[in-house]
Amino acid sequence: MPQSRLTGSRIRERRLYLGVKQAALARGVGISAAYLNLIEHNRRRIGGKLLNDLAKALAVDPVQLTEGAEDALVGTLRNAAVRVPQAGAETEKVEDLAGRFPGWTSLIAAQHRRIEELELTVETLTDRFTHDPQLAASLHEVISTVTAIRSTASILSEGQDIDPEWQVRFLRNMREESRRLSDSAQGLVDYLDTGTDLETTPLVPQEELAGFLSDHNHHFPALEDGFLELGAQIAQLVSGSERLKTGEARTLAEAWLERYVEDALALPLDRFLQEWRRVPGDAAALAEMFGQPLDRVLRRAACLPGEKGADGNGSRGPGLLICDGAGAITYRRPVSGFALPRFGAGCPHWPMYHALARPGSPVSGLVEMGGRTPKRFLCLAIANTFGSPRFDVPPLIEVTMLILPEDEAAPFGGRAAKVGSSCRVCALADCAARREPSILSDAQ
Amino acid sequence: MDQMSDQTPDLKTGGDPEPSAAVTLPRNVLVIEDEPNIIEAISFILSRDGWVVATHSNGETAVEAVLKLGPDALILDVMLPGRSGYDILQDLRANETTKDLPVLMLTARGQKNDRELAERLGVNKFMTKPFSNAEVLETMRALVEA
Repeated sequence: MPQSRLTGSRIRERRLYLGVKQAALARGVGISAAYLNLIEHNRRRIGGKLLNDLAKALAVDPVQLTEGAEDALVGTLRNAAVRVPQAGAETEKVEDLAGRFPGWTSLIAAQHRRIEELELTVETLTDRFTHDPQLAASLHEVISTVTAIRSTASILSEGQDIDPEWQVRFLRNMREESRRLSDSAQGLVDYLDTGTDLETTPLVPQEELAGFLSDHNHHFPALEDGFLELGAQIAQLVSGSERLKTGEARTLAEAWLERYVEDALALPLDRFLQEWRRVPGDAAALAEMFGQPLDRVLRRAACLPGEKGADGNGSRGPGLLICDGAGAITYRRPVSGFALPRFGAGCPHWPMYHALARPGSPVSGLVEMGGRTPKRFLCLAIANTFGSPRFDVPPLIEVTMLILPEDEAAPFGGRAAKVGSSCRVCALADCAARREPSILSDAQ
Repeated sequence: MDQMSDQTPDLKTGGDPEPSAAVTLPRNVLVIEDEPNIIEAISFILSRDGWVVATHSNGETAVEAVLKLGPDALILDVMLPGRSGYDILQDLRANETTKDLPVLMLTARGQKNDRELAERLGVNKFMTKPFSNAEVLETMRALVEA
């Protein structure tokens, strides 16, 4: 049984909870009170018979003394240390630290998480400012207008004789450009005012759909239970959502929910959930077992109850991406640690794009998403053609990729390919697929 | 303004250019830009300086316009309808007749990356908007006299 140095803290906590004196517990398991004191303060590591005896005396399973929420705390502290290697944190003593100073270490962990959240916000802002087509067009218009005004004003103010006809013409241009500048500036202000909440202000219908699906954690119990009134259920879900403000978004939502129903009918929830938990990640086996296409299994696996993704409550459910033949992402279920660009295409190294080049051939890939705290994921992807085949007309293609986060208790085997999000905020060095320079200082 | 056209203004009363500063011989310049009022201002100041100015506004047909007109220098905007100034510059540098054509690139994007991209593609001068008229004139004179 793996031993955590925080076992002592848990023994002490349990003893105090039961109101047992230290000396009494020590006597009960045949050790001195001084030795138990050392154990409780994580100064001595224990196991085997003594651990079992203490667990029995405290009326708990030994596992409860060796595993607990502190593991997450220690993991967070290790991540914090990895991020600032120059600090020389003694990572081999992290459990001692957590055990002896739980309050301070919780503070360090909380600040580490806060830094990660803030960095994500900065990346989102950067991504938005560099890829938001509306903002770019708006700023370009303002600068173009200012350029015309400056150049024309300079001509008129030089004091040289200018033909009256030209003077009239330039004054008219100035008036036009001033009005245009006023409108552009006002439009820009309006846009930025409404865009202060980055996470909740949708810019395109796909983002409205993403918000709607996130509200439901990508799972719709009302569409799981049978064949009756599914159309009405879909209509009610769509019309009752405040997220879906535009007709385009509502159309997208209806189409997605109709697909959800098809998947649910083909892969009934109870049985699929049971099999998925039996062979987690073995999508090919499930596709064969249920006699269903692989992409359907991947979609279904990402929409199970309780499997919350990064847009839920930060738990570790799978993510899902769907892109079209041009690589544009049409559906996204985020997963913690797998950064997605808000606009534009993703990283060419994602297995999804490998699958795009090989329609019909399933692709799996172990990837490590770069960042301050790299995380590993197993990606399962399949590209399918759809629509009626026609001579001399390229097929329509859709790629579905399931993203399974690594379980630290059971890490994936093998070497992971390094991937990023959008090139602009990716720090991968020497990347042959880079489309544009990164703004991150450690990128090349 | 989607076709190449001679936009040289009638400058009878525009004043004589400074003899020491203006270009010594009539020089042809093509301005590829899609903002009409910027075109008009640039055309005016260049014409008054002794340049013969032609303009073009469409990125897709810009290379053809350059080859057809054979200007002594080119002012090229980056964000154009149809095709970017970077793509146009790349084609011009790959063409034997325009590989050495002096090019002043104008852009609203003045970041280091944009400047480096333009330099890699072979631009002679890179200027960000909004620019000053004097700066444009001095640059153009320097480009053709170099």
